[in-house]
Amino acid sequence: MIRVILPYHLRNLAHVGEEVTLDINGVITQRSVLDALEGQYPMLAGTIRDHVTQQRRPFLRFFACEEDLSHESPDEPLPEAVATGREPFIVIGAIAGG
Amino acid sequence: MSGVRVLVGTRKGAFMLTADGKREKWEVSGPHFAGWEMYHLKGSPVDPNRIYASQTSGWFGQMIQRSDDGGKTWQQPGVEPAPPTQPGQMPKPASNKFVYDSAAAPMTTHQWYDGTQHPWEFKRVWHLEPSLTDPDTVYAGIEDAALFRSTDGGVNWHELPGLRGHGTGPKWQPGAGGMCLHTIILDPSDPKRIYIAISAAGAFRTDDGGESWKPINKGLYSKYIPNPTAEIGHCVHHIAMNPTRPGVLFMQKHWDVMRSDDAGDNWKKVSGNLPTDFGFVIDVNSHEPETIYVVPIKSDSEHFVHEGKLRVFRSRTGGNEWEPLTKGLPQKDCYVNVLRDAMAVDSLDKCGVYFGTTGGQVYCSNDAGDSWAPIVHDLPAVLSVEVQTLK
Repeated sequence: MIRVILPYHLRNLAHVGEEVTLDINGVITQRSVLDALEGQYPMLAGTIRDHVTQQRRPFLRFFACEEDLSHESPDEPLPEAVATGREPFIVIGAIAGG
Repeated sequence: MSGVRVLVGTRKGAFMLTADGKREKWEVSGPHFAGWEMYHLKGSPVDPNRIYASQTSGWFGQMIQRSDDGGKTWQQPGVEPAPPTQPGQMPKPASNKFVYDSAAAPMTTHQWYDGTQHPWEFKRVWHLEPSLTDPDTVYAGIEDAALFRSTDGGVNWHELPGLRGHGTGPKWQPGAGGMCLHTIILDPSDPKRIYIAISAAGAFRTDDGGESWKPINKGLYSKYIPNPTAEIGHCVHHIAMNPTRPGVLFMQKHWDVMRSDDAGDNWKKVSGNLPTDFGFVIDVNSHEPETIYVVPIKSDSEHFVHEGKLRVFRSRTGGNEWEPLTKGLPQKDCYVNVLRDAMAVDSLDKCGVYFGTTGGQVYCSNDAGDSWAPIVHDLPAVLSVEVQTLK
């Protein structure tokens, strides 16, 4: 079970609380987590990654285990603690305004 | 009994203001989509319960929201309102997917602020224009400028590529608000005729349902571009039309108030005695097609009303002769702006006129502009105002 923490506006958009859980088979990567997230909450498609390029939207960042993973390859395995559900994968908006 | 519903988009959410036909006592609903920039909301003229809304964010991108019950509930078209119980149960939504049709019109560049060329990039939906005949068909004007259409209630969007592929794209450039397609006018007498306007490219018209487009900027003079009478490059702020006279158009350009009596083929200046002819909004009385309204703004460098007075100017002669309308509006220490999509008229008798300000006020005149009263004082900055006349 993978835990994902979403920013406030995306929680409202998906009608969920702060944290959602996902069941994912295979290697746990940014891509597999976001694919599963969008599969379960299709209204989030395009909000975290650009529809066309599939690149992380520039004002969003990805954190886990007190590390900034924003610039890691989307196919790099996420930390073991995320893959086992001990730590959440955090999607967070850049702090500038809003 | 007749009534009105005013749809207000703001920097931090949407609001709906409703009243009976007297337009004196108002109910306020909102904020809807609190915290999001709501660029525009507009109801279908065929089915007033069908309302489309552009919800946008620099962080999370573009959403389209739709209501089928007059704004009581909303959903992203193609996505059920409740979350799924299992992955893969729901269709992949595309309602927020605006992808330029690069196969039909290759991705070129446009002029950047410094004159260099810059690639086209989707940013947001500025304006939604529902079809006059089909509640499931709706047009979207976007930044960077292009025209999109959905024919399935906003679930899927497809570009009408003939506009972006017109060939003049490298001469289009962003205004201060971005390179936006902000005005879409559907001709009620000719379903194949559409007018659009882009800041800063100018006005265009199609007579074949969007396949091909013609610039309609003859007569415009813009001293801030190298060739002031160029076919392309004018910063048109807004265009308005009375549906009973679809060939007559009124334009608020960056500077200059203009009119055309031949569907945009030729324009003439009708600024007349306005204290300043810079501004953003323009609209036409729904019963008197020669009665038009503008809100003069001091200048392109000072985007607030002139002399600290919030004044709507009305011409009953189709331009040139203007009278200030001040009753009920602040006449000192007022420094708000009225953005281009933030004025609307209803079709009741007398014509109701509405506008919203960057200071968060929405004003209503229930007597065609003779007097004004605020409906709300303290909303976030108002981006757009539309009104539905409910029978």
